[in-house]
Amino acid sequence: MSHAKRGFAADLRIRLAQNTALLTVIAVFVLFYGFYNANHPRGFTTAVYIQNANEVFALAMVAMAQTLPVLLGGLDLSVGAIMTLVNCLASLVLNGSPVQIALGVLLCMATGAACGLVNGCVVVYGRIQPIIATLATGAVFLGLALFLRPSPGGDVDGDLSWAATNDLFEIAATYGFADDGEAAWFQPIANVPVPLVLLVVVALFVWLPFARSVTGRTVYAIGSGEGAAYMSGLPIDRARLAAFTLGGFFAGLGGLYLALQTSSGNADIPQAGAYTLNSIAAVVIGGTSLLGGVGSAIGSIFGALVLRTISFNFRIFEIDPLLQPLFEGVVLLAAVSLGAIRVLRVKNTLDLFR
Amino acid sequence: MRLKEEDRPILYSSLFIVVILAVGTAYTMSTQGRATLLAPAYLLQQLQVGAFLGIVAAGMMLVILLGHIDLSVPWTIASAAMMATAVGGAWAIPVGLGVGLLVGLVNGFGVAYLRIPSMIFTLGTNAVLRGIMVAHTGGFAPQTKATPLMQYLAVAKVGGIPVALLVWAAVSVAVVVFLNRTATGKHVFAIGNTETSAYLSGIPTRRVIVTAFCLCGMLAGLSGTLLAGYSTKAYQGMGDAYLLPAIAAVVIGGTHILGGRGRYLGTLIGVTLIVLLNSVLSIMQMPEAGRQVIYGSVIILMLLVYGRGGRVMQ
Amino acid sequence: MPHLQLVGITKRYGGVTALDDVDFACELGSVHAVLGENGAGKSTLIKTMAGVVRPDAGQILLDGKPVSFATPAQANAAGIVCIFQELSLLPDLSVADNISIAAPPRRFGLIDRHAQRRRAEELLARIRCEDVNPLSRIRDLSLSRRQMVEIAKALGQDPSVLILDEATSALTAADVDNVFDILRLLRDDGIAILTISHRMHEIEAVADRCSVFRNGRHIDSFDQGARSADEIVRMMIGRDIEAHFPAKRERVDTGTALEARGFGWAGRLHDIDLRIGKGEILGLGGLDGQGQKELLLGLFGVLKNTVGEVTVDGEVVRLDSPVAAKGDALGIALIPEDRKTEGLMLPMSIADNLTIASLARLSNGPFIDGAALERAVADGIARMHIKVGSPDDPVATLSGGNQQKVVIAKWLMTEPRIILLNDPTRGIDVGTKQEIYALLRTLAEAGTAILYYSTDYEELIGCCDRVLVMYDGRVIRELTGDDIDEHEIIASSLNADAIADAIADAVADADTTAHGPAATAGDGPARRAGT
Repeated sequence: MSHAKRGFAADLRIRLAQNTALLTVIAVFVLFYGFYNANHPRGFTTAVYIQNANEVFALAMVAMAQTLPVLLGGLDLSVGAIMTLVNCLASLVLNGSPVQIALGVLLCMATGAACGLVNGCVVVYGRIQPIIATLATGAVFLGLALFLRPSPGGDVDGDLSWAATNDLFEIAATYGFADDGEAAWFQPIANVPVPLVLLVVVALFVWLPFARSVTGRTVYAIGSGEGAAYMSGLPIDRARLAAFTLGGFFAGLGGLYLALQTSSGNADIPQAGAYTLNSIAAVVIGGTSLLGGVGSAIGSIFGALVLRTISFNFRIFEIDPLLQPLFEGVVLLAAVSLGAIRVLRVKNTLDLFR
Repeated sequence: MRLKEEDRPILYSSLFIVVILAVGTAYTMSTQGRATLLAPAYLLQQLQVGAFLGIVAAGMMLVILLGHIDLSVPWTIASAAMMATAVGGAWAIPVGLGVGLLVGLVNGFGVAYLRIPSMIFTLGTNAVLRGIMVAHTGGFAPQTKATPLMQYLAVAKVGGIPVALLVWAAVSVAVVVFLNRTATGKHVFAIGNTETSAYLSGIPTRRVIVTAFCLCGMLAGLSGTLLAGYSTKAYQGMGDAYLLPAIAAVVIGGTHILGGRGRYLGTLIGVTLIVLLNSVLSIMQMPEAGRQVIYGSVIILMLLVYGRGGRVMQ
Repeated sequence: MPHLQLVGITKRYGGVTALDDVDFACELGSVHAVLGENGAGKSTLIKTMAGVVRPDAGQILLDGKPVSFATPAQANAAGIVCIFQELSLLPDLSVADNISIAAPPRRFGLIDRHAQRRRAEELLARIRCEDVNPLSRIRDLSLSRRQMVEIAKALGQDPSVLILDEATSALTAADVDNVFDILRLLRDDGIAILTISHRMHEIEAVADRCSVFRNGRHIDSFDQGARSADEIVRMMIGRDIEAHFPAKRERVDTGTALEARGFGWAGRLHDIDLRIGKGEILGLGGLDGQGQKELLLGLFGVLKNTVGEVTVDGEVVRLDSPVAAKGDALGIALIPEDRKTEGLMLPMSIADNLTIASLARLSNGPFIDGAALERAVADGIARMHIKVGSPDDPVATLSGGNQQKVVIAKWLMTEPRIILLNDPTRGIDVGTKQEIYALLRTLAEAGTAILYYSTDYEELIGCCDRVLVMYDGRVIRELTGDDIDEHEIIASSLNADAIADAIADAVADADTTAHGPAATAGDGPARRAGT
């Protein structure tokens, strides 16, 4: 196959070719979301954005969490469980004085990361395949969640909960800065939903630096060719541990937010399973290959956005709720079958086996 | 005599069954003064319930051996049960099996012909099946009842042995013969090992993959039909509790999760282990929280003991 | 004092001694070739030097000081860099990422992508591959370009010892010449270069010193030219060789087994006409990557949307899949390019691998006939003289040559009438090669039609009744009888006239293709003008 020449045009062409999946999922999201807003009775208003952002955040976090083990070429079946565990923990500790709340938040983040680290250790030192290792650890995490919260409930600080699930204006008003949100310089960003800000912050300041680090690149290398990565002297074990730990951290953030959103903790096992399976769907829709080595958490975020926007659309079109699961299933299957186009284009059958 | 690598999981899981029985018996002795666990009637009853899991696990093993996985088992079970009870009469059981076969065909087509990763495709078919069933039943458990034959197979006993157990035994014999004594069975191992070599050796890989998924689907359908017989009717989500234990049973039994290696005896023992573990935990009245933790820990423990997965470089 | 020295190195793998008390030395500023059959220990030797394996006994000395490497990275840090046969590149990462994979330039703790790119551009320029864009993914490059990136990456680690393990196997002729020029430059710069190659001609072109290994022992080291090719081969095998190839008989034409007319595919194969007679060995030659592999795959049913007509035994057939090709109606077999990933299921037993293509034949109805299976396995092992411990051992435990024999035995069990071979003796020891040549001749005499693609001209000359030379997906020359010699093959391979035209066109048209560089291959003394 001939390779491009050097130069700006050639560079651009290569970059576009390498990022088609990401660009596609962004386009699909914009399309679906635009359609939703256009047909929504109160479309294109802040209230709608806020509500959408609230519903999206946890899934986006869990999708980011799932991206890392998938990049390694494996899978994490415990992301929903970690989210649930941290959710239950948060419902216990997110109350009291501001210092206590802050410590509670830190504890939740640390717990998520710790769960991820446990997964990493079982995979790296136990040498057990990720899919079955996380199946087992997921059960353990859910059990722990049930210990913490045998029945739904809990106490989450009202102010924090309100601030985290509305727009920046409300944060300013609740905590009293920028003239309680009225300051002129604040206005352009005052209506940005907080979950959106959090999402961007996490993506920019946690994911991107990781992806650009040597450890992050090693994760891609492992998924692309573990033998070659080892021969090149890359820190394989360290990268695996880091990937799972970071995954647990993201899943924990999702659980933390869920507590703020629902003001309670709920060790809901079916819900954990649903989040896990949806995270896999989001990752695939977002363009990350299940074979590893290709993709990005940014794509997974948009994958989650697409999934949620689909259910938003169902809501406003008042499709018979009995038919919703069917529609969702068909859409998931169709979205995933797009990958089958590759099969039709392949001219040498050996290419299918990679 | 040196133990072959593939025999180790069987040995260890058998040992662990002994451990479970010992722990459980110690518990019952101290609380009830009887060895409840070791009573043949009790064991048979547990294995009878285990037959449903065992049949599902048998099918799951075939698919895992290929290097794939079938996540549509939960709603294949439920759909087969619901359609079987809805149809009723002499056609109930064939319909249940037919539903499973149809699901298997769809899964096989998506995986073998469209080359969509099985993890995600069967996830999708599971969701679609759920959607169809919810729409069909209006979200409630169907009111139709299981046919007498279904109930017979699930509940009755012949000469003291539950018929369900006999069905499981028949399935087991069929699977063992399939894997070891038929060309297609050997092809399954080959494809799970190195699909490219299998393809270039002139193996009809697509047909084999479809066959395996069909068998898995039919076995899930069979299990669903029997389950409906056991509960006398079908209900929403009745298959959900069978997916992860089926996968766990196959893996605990020594089948490699990436395919190509495994023995059915291991799956049998894996199912027995899980069923007995559940029984002991029930007797101990362990709350759900404790069950989950123990369940997960046992799986990890067993796999650590097997020493799975070598280093990348020898 | 030698720069790198191995003293008394021994390495055992289970019951097999890969290296037996080996003393070895190589100097700075020299190109040192290592020769030996498969299983001679060459691979283990360089893996020991490169830190991939630890020796069981003995010492490694660098400039007289003992060193030991726990990992390849440590060896790299000491200045020993190795380019292995299995490429160490990561297919989904970019060229720039791969070249600076281990110790990239950093900024604020993160990878500095601009500096990394500049570094890649410099190194690629050094090996005259300016046309490779550092942003490209390795997966999107041709095999030859990938190997060149591999070499650039090795250079980037600033080695004092550069080891190449069959590094030229995937290169086009022009790239091979580039690499040789670079090796000479590096040698003149004072770097010690160690090269393993099965190709005597390349070694003659570039090596200063040669070492021969046999059965894990260092047999001899000598200056290039001090021993004749014959002496060297004798040292490698340890016994005299009479004739390399079994004698060809005068063929009687008993009919056509397979014929292709206008066969083409996807812009890679164009308008191919060929005819294989029953009992004929037809060779495929030409530079590497000219479509020979695709032709074989196409005739085996692996390619989709082929055009043209193929007839077997006079009947027009559709080659849909290997299943159809293998079937009784057609009886075609393919010995594929890479035995490890395409020919065998490595973790499965020898018995399973032998019989996997013939299970239908060995069955009574739906069930396998156990006794027939055992007999077939014993037959296969005996027929090919495969050295096995037990047929139930995993096939991965066999040596390369024996593994290839299993692949061939597997296909012979299907009783094929037409056999397609994709470079079956690549990376195989001399002894096994001989057996394969004799086997092919025997099969041909029994009436089997054989299509034999080889990158070794000696094999084409020695084995084949006719040779088709391919260039750019077409058959450009057919050689028969006495015409089959090196000169004709090389000349046809290079297709001198057509190249002259193509260059003229290319100058007018700014878009150059990957086949352009073939123009400079004419200078090379290499008998193998490809791979």
